Amino acid sequence: MSLPAELALRAVRFGYGTDAWELRIPALSFGREPLCGIVGPNGSGKSTLLKIAAGLLLPREGVVELDGCSLARQRRIQIARVLGFLPQECPALFDYTVEQVVAMGRHAHGGVLEMPNPGDREAVARALADVGLEALRHRPLSHLSGGERRRAWIASALAQEPGLLLLDEPTQSLDLHQAAAVMEILARRAADGLRVVAVMHDLNLAALFCDRLVLLQAGGIAAEGAPSEILTENHLFQAYGNRLEILRRPETKTPIVLAKK
Amino acid sequence: MTKNHKIYAFLAVFAVCLAVFPWIGTERLSFREVFSFLIGEWTADGMIFFQIRLPRVLMGLIAGGALAMAGAALQVMFRNPLAEPWTLGIAGGASLGAFLARACPFLWFALGPLNTSQVLALLGAGGALSLVLSLARRPGGAGTQTLLLAGVTIGVISGGAIMVISGFISPWKLAEFHRWLLGGLDAADWRSVGTLIFLAVPGLAILAMQARDYNPLGLGEEMAAGQGVDVARVRRWTAIGAGIASAGVAAVAGPVGFVGLLAPHAVRRIVGPDMRTVLPCSFLFGGALLAACDAAGRWAASPLEVPVGALTAVLGGPLFLWLLARRRQGP
Repeated sequence: MSLPAELALRAVRFGYGTDAWELRIPALSFGREPLCGIVGPNGSGKSTLLKIAAGLLLPREGVVELDGCSLARQRRIQIARVLGFLPQECPALFDYTVEQVVAMGRHAHGGVLEMPNPGDREAVARALADVGLEALRHRPLSHLSGGERRRAWIASALAQEPGLLLLDEPTQSLDLHQAAAVMEILARRAADGLRVVAVMHDLNLAALFCDRLVLLQAGGIAAEGAPSEILTENHLFQAYGNRLEILRRPETKTPIVLAKK
Repeated sequence: MTKNHKIYAFLAVFAVCLAVFPWIGTERLSFREVFSFLIGEWTADGMIFFQIRLPRVLMGLIAGGALAMAGAALQVMFRNPLAEPWTLGIAGGASLGAFLARACPFLWFALGPLNTSQVLALLGAGGALSLVLSLARRPGGAGTQTLLLAGVTIGVISGGAIMVISGFISPWKLAEFHRWLLGGLDAADWRSVGTLIFLAVPGLAILAMQARDYNPLGLGEEMAAGQGVDVARVRRWTAIGAGIASAGVAAVAGPVGFVGLLAPHAVRRIVGPDMRTVLPCSFLFGGALLAACDAAGRWAASPLEVPVGALTAVLGGPLFLWLLARRRQGP
């Protein structure tokens, strides 16, 4: 298991082509709290921010530093040993089995033609166990449900054993119970020392599982802090408009955000 | 059978082709005479075996292997199971270059160890590939159908250009005309085997070095980048390696189609999608396939022969159509 890593964005600006839309992040860092959520309305720049943090997109200005060293100066394979990234979708070209997908997560740890070593096998077995897919390990992706497929992708990212894992909407298009199961898996690994940053669409799941939230709006950071500080009328009305209602769970006082007619 | 056994099975098929096919042809060869040629006695059968048949079979094995391996790599690079040197227009562009070199002797020049047809085949392959790549890079242009339509059209344009040029050249050169439209191994001798190896081996070595990186790419470019693959670098080297290997084949055999499609698909069915296995097995199986098609073409129409490219098109074309029809409306 890698040591926790720290990722810092400094004075980052990014835009697509000649579009007027721009992402501006003066300063932001990840890696201190176990589970951090990035929330915000559609088009606020959540996925863009995550891809910049992962080094997939290069900012126009500013730097992204992983443990004090600029991402742009490092080779992808070096980055991948410390920093994981799971995109929203992983369209499979061929019909891989679950085990093959998970084993691909070991890419960054192998040599040129190296076959799997005991460490690889252990990491793959552990990732499969964590997501509960041991029984389906030889099943092809095309025979899995949407939730199982997403768990296979997550297992692939877990098998990579990064210190910090970035996930783009890991619960997208999943049923409530599947989405909660995915967050549960991430929370369990986070308790073991992995640092997780996830773009979240569902504010209630974010409130339930995240230790810190970054609220984006129109390409900028509107607020950041503990979920109870962020999910307030004040912040959410500003970002999402006022068609929202915020309740509190009776026992834990965790915020619940609902749409209002 | 385990994966390793399957690799040995492919190796065995390849070896059997090399051992058996030189014996097939119009002239029946006596084993004793071929053998006595080996120990220094000049015999006609030995000449045919060692100077005509053996280089031809070797050329089929290497050319087929190179096309199949290039196809397997291009399919991952373009994320398109129908990509291969012929359907992407690379084989066509390279053949036009090689034909120009043959048709216009005044173009003769040599660039280091490369002769005119190799240089022009490389230029043709590079031109076709950059055209297809620039189309694929445009927003919305990366769609499967657009890419293939462009590639096949480049092939048709090259074929048309070859026909136009051949209208202006002396008739005796028309004898080899078929090869440049459909692909054929009829011009095989030890020199062309050398020419082929000179480009195919470096091209394939480049592809083999990317083998590990191809696997994560099967789950999309973003996932691959997250897992530590430098996607832009892999794409660049794949284009270079596949381009060089395809040009090497086209420079001696013309645009042989569909081997790069048939072989990787068959191999993946047998050994699964791991590219570290798929690449070497594609080489072995693609080589065996092309050598077999060539032997069949010589045997069936004896004493004439069917160009090997015609046979591979008849065999591989239907697979292409079937895959095209079966494909979901994907990315």
